[in-house]
Amino acid sequence: MEKEQYQQLEQNVTPKPPYFKNVAKAFIVGGLICTIGQAVSLFYIIFFNFTEATAGNPTVATMVFFAMILTGFGLYKKIGQFAGAGSAVPVTGFGNAVISAAIEHRSEGLVLGVGGNIFKLAGSVVLFGVVSAFFVALIKYILVTIGVVSW
Amino acid sequence: MVMTFVFAFFVGGIICAIGQLLMDVGKLTPGHTLSTLVVIGAILDGMGLYEPLIDFAGAGATVPITSFGNSLTHGALAEAERHGLVGVLTGMFEVTSSGISAAIVFGFIGALLFKPKGNVD
Amino acid sequence: MVIVFQSKPSLIAAGVVAGPLEKRSIFSQHFDATYDDERWQMKTNEQGHRKMVEEACEFAMKKAGVKNKDIDYFMGGDLVNQMTPTNFAARDLEIPFIGLFSACATSISSVIIASLLTEVGAANFSLAGASSQHNAVERQFRYPIDYGSQKPQTAQWTVTAAGYALIGKHQEEYPSIEAATVGKSVDYGMDDPFHMGAAMAPAAFQTIQSHLEQRNQKIYHYDLILTGDLGQLGLKLLKGMFVENGIKSEELKPLRDAGAEFYGQDEAFQSGASGAGCSAAVFFSYVIQQMRAGTYKRVLLVATGALLSPLTFQQGETIPCTAHAIEITMR
Repeated sequence: MEKEQYQQLEQNVTPKPPYFKNVAKAFIVGGLICTIGQAVSLFYIIFFNFTEATAGNPTVATMVFFAMILTGFGLYKKIGQFAGAGSAVPVTGFGNAVISAAIEHRSEGLVLGVGGNIFKLAGSVVLFGVVSAFFVALIKYILVTIGVVSW
Repeated sequence: MVMTFVFAFFVGGIICAIGQLLMDVGKLTPGHTLSTLVVIGAILDGMGLYEPLIDFAGAGATVPITSFGNSLTHGALAEAERHGLVGVLTGMFEVTSSGISAAIVFGFIGALLFKPKGNVD
Repeated sequence: MVIVFQSKPSLIAAGVVAGPLEKRSIFSQHFDATYDDERWQMKTNEQGHRKMVEEACEFAMKKAGVKNKDIDYFMGGDLVNQMTPTNFAARDLEIPFIGLFSACATSISSVIIASLLTEVGAANFSLAGASSQHNAVERQFRYPIDYGSQKPQTAQWTVTAAGYALIGKHQEEYPSIEAATVGKSVDYGMDDPFHMGAAMAPAAFQTIQSHLEQRNQKIYHYDLILTGDLGQLGLKLLKGMFVENGIKSEELKPLRDAGAEFYGQDEAFQSGASGAGCSAAVFFSYVIQQMRAGTYKRVLLVATGALLSPLTFQQGETIPCTAHAIEITMR
């Protein structure tokens, strides 16, 4: 059988992902995680004298802590299988990526294993975040300097 | 007050839905998807659009990974405004450190406490 | 060219050992042992993997009443880089060792080599087989075990199992190896590591077709043609290829897949089981036992393997696959 013929057969037989169901699940779980984040924010504002602007930091740290517990007990991957982007996109997903890699590579020791592999999955987020921030800020700086926009 | 929660749910959900479409329709890996969203967050802040979203949706905009791109850019822009070009580099991690620090610290602690378990459900 | 074994080496005994999740397999009652600890009380997954290989070999040798010093060759492989679990098991078994890598097709490629060594008189007894351990393989090929990625319906679950067969000179009361076909590395442009079935089906098709042609046989000559781990979708594609080649779908009844049936209808495992241990576990327990019971008289075992690495995927390559087949008969 020719390659093109087979690729056609494969297209016919392989089921498409359930797009609507997946997006709905991602929407609901992602929304829920953000709502929990909102509650955590409020908790810090009311009980710890943070302001709306500064509550973001402890909130994110707390969400990552939740991710550690869920990841360590093997629960985050079950949520991930169900929710897809709904659990990968929130910062808990970033935490899960870092923590799961750290847990996995403990068997190679703390220095080479954990240290050398902890950013295996999340590294690209850090890299592209920093690089894009650099270029965006640089471009804006240039535009401000030549007077096209203001800060 | 209640509305903030509703908006947080809605906006957070939309951002995740966009991520899901990138994965399913765009056939991107999770790494590619999250990197794309981070870059989008950075660009939106460059255009001054992300902070208003945070005012509107609270955690719905600060919890998704897009806010990481936003806060890196925000820090860079703030420092560039104050101290010129070098601020682009020095300002980035001023506002963002808690997420990454938390992930590293809890990752380390997690590695000490837990072992991977190959269960399926 | 098909290999025809004039001396008909025999599959004298076999040992199959599996992990905790594999208790859910519909074949689990045929395994020699299933363990509760996926690491076999060892500190790392890879060490547990090695232990599992050793135990499978011990079972095979015990059943045949032979000891390590009676075995001429230990042949096998696994999916971990440089096949270290199998290498380290060989160290502990102290048998002359040939490591073989055919990905998930190793269970049969090792039996083919063992049979050839027996045929030329260079071996009285050989151990041949393959194994895989879920955690060790997933962390290497895909993501850390606890990472929350979403697997599509086309994905397959790597089993934790080891299957080793003891091959020896012909004896009437055991299944005999009559012929074998060595597969080519076949690439039909599939590039999704979460849809291996689609990548491997063309290789299985080519090997089965080649074997049947060279042996002047048709599908109905066999009670069972069992592929290793195409999964439910890969098996559908394989049958589709036969249908497009003029075979009617009723004639395809003997065509089954070990991976597709491994976990039964459990949707948690998506398209089914895969891994070097999948074919080994089913071939060397269920099939051999059914043959000795008289259910199957002529069987074609076709182990399928995907010859990719995580690096090739990142470099944008497609996935070449292979399939090796042995024809076993029982008087």
